[in-house]
Amino acid sequence: MNKILLIIQREYLSRVKKKSFLLTTFLVPLFFIGMYVGIFFLTKKSFEDSHATVYIIDLEGNIGGKLKSNKNITYKVSAKSLTEQMGELKDGEDNNNLLIIPQDFYSSQRIELLSAGKPNITTQSEVKNQLKDIIRNDKYARLGLDIEAIQNIDDKITVTAKEISDTGDAKESHTEVAMGIAMALSVLVYLSLFLYGAQVMRGIIEEKTSRIVEVVISSVKPFQLMMGKIIGIGLVGITQFLLWIILSIALTSVATAFIFNGANVQTELLQSGIEQDALTKSEMGFDMMTALDSVNFPLLLSCFFIFFLGGYFLYSALFAAVGSAVDSETEASQFTMPITMPLLLTYILSFGVLVNDPNGTIATWLSFIPFTSPIAMLVRIPFGVPTWQIIVSVVLLISGFLVTTFIAARIYRVGILMYGKKASFKELIKWFRYKS
Amino acid sequence: MPMLTVKNIVKQYSNHRALDDVSLTIPKGSIFGLLGPNGAGKTSLIRIINQITAPDQGEVYFDGELLQPKHIARIGYLPEERGLYKKMKIGEQLLYLSQLKGLRKQEAIQKINYWFERLNMGDWWDKKVEDLSKGMQQKVQFVATVVHDPELIILDEPFSGFDPVNAQIIQDEILELNKKGATIIYSTHRMESVEELCDNIALINKSKKILDGSVKDIKRSYRNQTYIVTYQYLDVVDTLTLPPAFEIVENKAALDDYELTVHVDNEQSLNDLLLALIPQVNIKQVSEVIPSMHDIFIKQVTSAAIL
Repeated sequence: MNKILLIIQREYLSRVKKKSFLLTTFLVPLFFIGMYVGIFFLTKKSFEDSHATVYIIDLEGNIGGKLKSNKNITYKVSAKSLTEQMGELKDGEDNNNLLIIPQDFYSSQRIELLSAGKPNITTQSEVKNQLKDIIRNDKYARLGLDIEAIQNIDDKITVTAKEISDTGDAKESHTEVAMGIAMALSVLVYLSLFLYGAQVMRGIIEEKTSRIVEVVISSVKPFQLMMGKIIGIGLVGITQFLLWIILSIALTSVATAFIFNGANVQTELLQSGIEQDALTKSEMGFDMMTALDSVNFPLLLSCFFIFFLGGYFLYSALFAAVGSAVDSETEASQFTMPITMPLLLTYILSFGVLVNDPNGTIATWLSFIPFTSPIAMLVRIPFGVPTWQIIVSVVLLISGFLVTTFIAARIYRVGILMYGKKASFKELIKWFRYKS
Repeated sequence: MPMLTVKNIVKQYSNHRALDDVSLTIPKGSIFGLLGPNGAGKTSLIRIINQITAPDQGEVYFDGELLQPKHIARIGYLPEERGLYKKMKIGEQLLYLSQLKGLRKQEAIQKINYWFERLNMGDWWDKKVEDLSKGMQQKVQFVATVVHDPELIILDEPFSGFDPVNAQIIQDEILELNKKGATIIYSTHRMESVEELCDNIALINKSKKILDGSVKDIKRSYRNQTYIVTYQYLDVVDTLTLPPAFEIVENKAALDDYELTVHVDNEQSLNDLLLALIPQVNIKQVSEVIPSMHDIFIKQVTSAAIL
């Protein structure tokens, strides 16, 4: 027992001390936060860029005053002559436009929009929509309809989706948020199972090709060496996840504070716009917050660690068996392909079938099968899964990795001493049958 | 009580039998040569003694007890295929390997430092294996084998990869360890050093033990009444005739003298040969031809091949 601790310690420390570990641990959250901040600034920038000033030369006479400035466009009715205004436009900024409303606007329903640079699509459609309303209102008026009454007909509909819990309470469900979290978990588990499983395999190949393995297993049992490696690397994975979580929380709060300051700029810009717009914005933010609050993070995180670890033990045992059977990583691919197929399949399914029908037959079955449950169950959890299903899945997963570990250990003990021998599946079965 | 007794070991792999009813007794404090051509089954036997693999039949006794995992700490093993963790510092590596053998950390550090000093490896603690030459790596590997003061040291081709100077250093260390009481199993297919080092040997060929015993006894048993006589002719006569019972293997000039190699048949003795020679030549020196281990090895292995 003492020896397996020594092995775990070596496997763990030799990896955690590596520069590449520190680098990925710190760079990955930085990268995501960087993307988050980057997207915010790009959006803000494009928002600023898209704000256009439209000068109006109103030949009709009554339209200019009806156009209303908003956050995207500032209208200015020009008193200058057409040629004068055009000259000004040419020398002016790119997002200055000139709207020419002809005398026969109501009958022709045509206008001209001149722009110094390329005419912005947002500006075009904004102008078009406002003018459409003006024409429609004009037509309503001609028909003798009460414009105000029509405008007051609110044809918007708000759907509040609620799910009824076991206790009979209805609580708001946020399918989009659940979907987002589910997909993120799917990617995370898929990548990390591969990443750490491959590390186990690579470590074993290294020990085998450098022949150190013979010295080590003259001191410890092959099983101890294999488990020591698997546990050690698993701990590296957990360390990395914990550091990522801590760092992400820290960096997000920093970034939020930073963006909050930046948001003032946005408010300033909005001041000229319509009040209601700002209101919906904050409402949306509020919605987002309540949606995130509705997610059971402690459950999610503990399930993540349980299923990640279960899946990791299951797959890394198989990776270990493969590593012991081959002499180089290139040789390993013929074995890693078939053993990782279930994982790949679930990963692909998770983006379609699983998130669309998280409680359907396929999703339920996949979340029970040990080879697929680490991804499938985690994808389902944000949508809510009955507790008994989680328990069954965990029990099956644990039995699954006990079985794969048993099989892997039997192949491993023979494989690590077979130098320069090309292994086939038939050979592996033979090794498995050797008595110890 | 012998250090190690191997009794009727059989090891069967799927398509060949690596060891076929092999028995050995290795006396305490001896240097035991485990000889045999490549693929004879030496490594299979060594792996069984190291409990890396288990035999299909037969038993191994270590110091009177049936071989058990607890004996691991008392055995040191230098495999033929050398290997160390390339990216790990030498000191940490030796510390790790000796802790795996059951040493406590403080104890291990002390012993590693002792060997560093002894083998002039003073500032190697923080070096990485990949920065060392092959010969230097071999030294590290040797230290890893003996650092926990094992009572039984198993060396599989210990001198391969060493330059002559370092090979001599390691050989001296092996002899020194033996003098201090360690039993040594020395596995090789190179015979030159066997006579110099080994007290006892076993020869394994094609999974079977075909010869064992003390080096002296074996060599004695391989004498076949062949003698080398150094002589000068009495006068100017330079011909030599011997009765048919004495078969002249070679007769050649050597410096001022002549050297005659003669095989005496079983009916006759050295005295008879001398009687036949005395009238013809001046005998200066007579010695018996004792076959070298090398010759015995070749003879045994090739005769097995013919059979």
